[in-house]
Amino acid sequence: MQKIQNNKAWFLVLPVLALVAFSAVIPLMTVVNYAFNDTFGNNEFFWAGLEWFDEMIHSSRLHGALGRQILFSAIVLAIEVPLGIFVALNMPKKGFWSSLVLVVMALPLLIPFNVVGTIWQIFGRVDIGLLGHTLEALGLDYNYVNDPIDAWATVIVMDVWHWTSLVALLCYAGLQSIPQAYYQAARIDQASRWAVFRYIELPKMKGVLLIAVLLRFMDSFMIYTEPFVLTGGGPGNATTFLSIDLVKMAVGQFDLGPAAAFSLMYFLVILLVSWVFYTVMTSMDKAEAAQ
Amino acid sequence: MAQITLENLAHSYSAHPKSDSDYALKEMTHVWQDGGAYALLGSSGCGKTTLLNIISGLLRPSQGRILFGDRDVTDAPTTERNIAQVFQFPVVYDTMSVRDNLAFPLRNRGMDAAYIKTRVDQIARMIGMEAMLSRKAQGLTADAKQKISLGRGMVREDVNAILFDEPLTVIDPHMKWELRTQLKQLHRQFGHTMIYVTHDQTEALTFADKVVVMYDGRVVQMGTPEELFETPAHTFVGYFIGSPGMNFIDAKIDGHRAMLIGGTQVDLGAHYGTLAGRTRIGIRPEHVVLSDQGLPVTIRRIEDVGRHRILRAELSGTPFNIVLPEDAPPPGPSPRVAFLPGKIGVYADDWRVAPQAVERAA
Amino acid sequence: MVLELQAVSRMVEGRVHIHPTSLTLQNGTMNVLLGPTLSGKTSLMRLMAGLDAPTTGRILWHGEDVTGKRVQDRGVAMVYQQFINYPGLTVYENIASPLRILGRPKAEIDRKVRETAEMLHLTPMLARKPLELSGGQQQRCALARALVKGAGLVLLDEPLANLDYKLREELRVEIPRIFEASGAIFVYATTEPEEALLLGGNTATLWEGRVTQFGPTPRVYREPVDATTARVFSDPPMNFTSAVKQGARLSFGEGVDAPAFAVQDGSYMAGFRANHLSLERPSAAALDLRCKVIVTEITGAQSFIHVSHGEDRWIALVEGVQVLEPGQEISLWLDPRHIYLFDGEGRLAAPAAYAQAA
Repeated sequence: MQKIQNNKAWFLVLPVLALVAFSAVIPLMTVVNYAFNDTFGNNEFFWAGLEWFDEMIHSSRLHGALGRQILFSAIVLAIEVPLGIFVALNMPKKGFWSSLVLVVMALPLLIPFNVVGTIWQIFGRVDIGLLGHTLEALGLDYNYVNDPIDAWATVIVMDVWHWTSLVALLCYAGLQSIPQAYYQAARIDQASRWAVFRYIELPKMKGVLLIAVLLRFMDSFMIYTEPFVLTGGGPGNATTFLSIDLVKMAVGQFDLGPAAAFSLMYFLVILLVSWVFYTVMTSMDKAEAAQ
Repeated sequence: MAQITLENLAHSYSAHPKSDSDYALKEMTHVWQDGGAYALLGSSGCGKTTLLNIISGLLRPSQGRILFGDRDVTDAPTTERNIAQVFQFPVVYDTMSVRDNLAFPLRNRGMDAAYIKTRVDQIARMIGMEAMLSRKAQGLTADAKQKISLGRGMVREDVNAILFDEPLTVIDPHMKWELRTQLKQLHRQFGHTMIYVTHDQTEALTFADKVVVMYDGRVVQMGTPEELFETPAHTFVGYFIGSPGMNFIDAKIDGHRAMLIGGTQVDLGAHYGTLAGRTRIGIRPEHVVLSDQGLPVTIRRIEDVGRHRILRAELSGTPFNIVLPEDAPPPGPSPRVAFLPGKIGVYADDWRVAPQAVERAA
Repeated sequence: MVLELQAVSRMVEGRVHIHPTSLTLQNGTMNVLLGPTLSGKTSLMRLMAGLDAPTTGRILWHGEDVTGKRVQDRGVAMVYQQFINYPGLTVYENIASPLRILGRPKAEIDRKVRETAEMLHLTPMLARKPLELSGGQQQRCALARALVKGAGLVLLDEPLANLDYKLREELRVEIPRIFEASGAIFVYATTEPEEALLLGGNTATLWEGRVTQFGPTPRVYREPVDATTARVFSDPPMNFTSAVKQGARLSFGEGVDAPAFAVQDGSYMAGFRANHLSLERPSAAALDLRCKVIVTEITGAQSFIHVSHGEDRWIALVEGVQVLEPGQEISLWLDPRHIYLFDGEGRLAAPAAYAQAA
């Protein structure tokens, strides 16, 4: 909507712009610089063109990490979104219990990422961890340090534990906005529980659900801290996701050129996917408004 | 379809009601005929929505029983009551087509597909939405959505009752005329028992055969529109029905005369004996005429409202409204009014008093 | 003070919300914007308030161009359909809030708040919070807040739409009284013709973003310039049928003729209001229109009879309780004095004689 304009508001944005320039734009430019040059230190740069990009695109190591990353994001989304919806549907709608549940649900979201990793690292240990010990006592051969499958399972369960609440809370907010009359009408129409979900709750949750999927996709695609603390990317490369691999490459091996090219491509992929999401979302909004 | 019986029904939202005022709905017993069109009329907070929720099964009354036909449904959930309801704001399933919306209650009950198709087509014709059957419900105007809601309410033939909760709130004035007529026609065609909750007297009076006027958790009068207009049983009904409402003037009642403040007398045309409590006479603005003789009034302002004129006046110190036809001559400089014979009501402590049977003919 | 719109229009994303509109609102007048939902009432008000900028045209306030001026600097007050008050403040503080923002002295604030509260019958509720009040009182509090700062322009956007019918009726009577006391320009948007008539003053009828007519309310009602205005300003909707003028006769089909109107020969659309149809012959000149009853609605003292007449559907408002069977054939009488004639474009060709006489 067109309002009467004045330009004073820009002054308020200026400090933020300056801050963002220092914290984001300048480092990003440094990365761009590294991506197209070769360096041996001493601030000496040799033009490398697209060499690093070419190397990275054909690197099987990167392919492996990307494959694991996509698999991880897919599994995590496939579990967290339906589970979050399910939890939201079953949360108490009002009264004392609803506030209590809300607080409990919010707890995992408040814990720092590295602490989450540490909690699960200890939790899963066979010698002193409650989970590991119990599983072993039950006769299951569980060891996330040695067994890739166990490591994967632990990382996924950890992420589900950490983030399902976010999806659930967002969905819960969407559900709260449905007027009671809809449920009443559905009861009168003798709609089944499934029909109520399919035709009333799901359409009303659509908006927040998209945001939830977007957030969860971006976060899971960039996951670093928790698996790094838990498994360090192992055993072998089993849980080495893109960002872990990137850090290994840049900090561990000091391959700055390839790492910079890698991070630029990584950045572009996330940007692209987010943009697709954003377009889909806004076009859906527009379609709704236009009708 | 069924007759609806409310038996000693009362409801309080507090768990341990102590006094009368704790009851949102005061004890009442009523029988509503099968196939009747009823309106529950009252201002907000009068208990009409509470009563509707009890009938639909959303609320369990704190005392009394409710029967559909011979069956006690006091404890039956909404789904078992076999009713339909249309809400204040349109409730449509946005992702479904108009056809699917209308068919939904039938499909859920496992009706035969061929039957569903004919029935939906029939309803769509009645609400004038045949052309839009394959459209998605999302994005339709509020009018259209409310028509779908009405249609969904009508689609089942076997319902015990159809409840309407202020269904025309979001509708533009012109569209109201159309939807109201459609409702009336649907009622005539299918003969469902209909209960219509509203605060709008025009909607209530034009829709219903019997209007139930509620005030402060009580049914103050149940009657035909004509009865409510001509002989309101309570001053609230007099005030609530009609625009402007009935004029009430404090008066001492003595036999067939009313003595107003200041000593003027009005002939009541019937005998009332002597009455105790606060006594008033009531006269509709439509039943007042300007005349050469009669009671002097002071006119404050004249409102031209198109089909008639409203004279805002004062009579013996109380605000007093007079309705004049569009083409009537304006009042002179010192206007006087007379009341149409037989149209004066007498009220003691807000309730209408019936005239005594004529005891002395001579 | 005068508010003047000079060829003001507004487009949003290529769609016209308001066609070029010129209006002059005089100081101390009540101006009703009457039209159905989405006809542009709110858009026009937002332009007047300065909440939106016009795409073309100028807005003059007291002769001074205020087109680009911010709302805050314009001395405008607005009341909405929703009851908007500060829930945490008492009624007193709510009413005082616009004055506090203006930094008026304490004594003046107190005096004005009490005056305004008295005018709106809020004095006993001054210490209460808005949510403890009834809907009507909450809206009165919002009205008080709009009036207290003595704004030259008070905009009311369907302020009574969320209230009960009866409360609406009471406030409708009060608003003209309040307005007379304040001396500001009032602009009042409504969808209901009856409300416009009760408020009096001037009325602008709106249809699809266009002001079709502006003038004293009873005159717009009785002398609409076109069929659209007549339709917008009739409740029940105006009845229409086609008529042909030839020579000395104006024919309504089925052999019903009226003496000719002073118009050229040709086809016209005849319009007449529901209350001008009657079941008894009102005068010797009245036309006998044979109609078929669709449905009858009774309001207690009067009846609405919905009928069909050939292709047309009409509504008649007649006195008394009339019980008529659907499908029944009846005679509805219409005095030719009550007929408006509209030409092919819907413009008024001949006004109703009764309106001229009044």
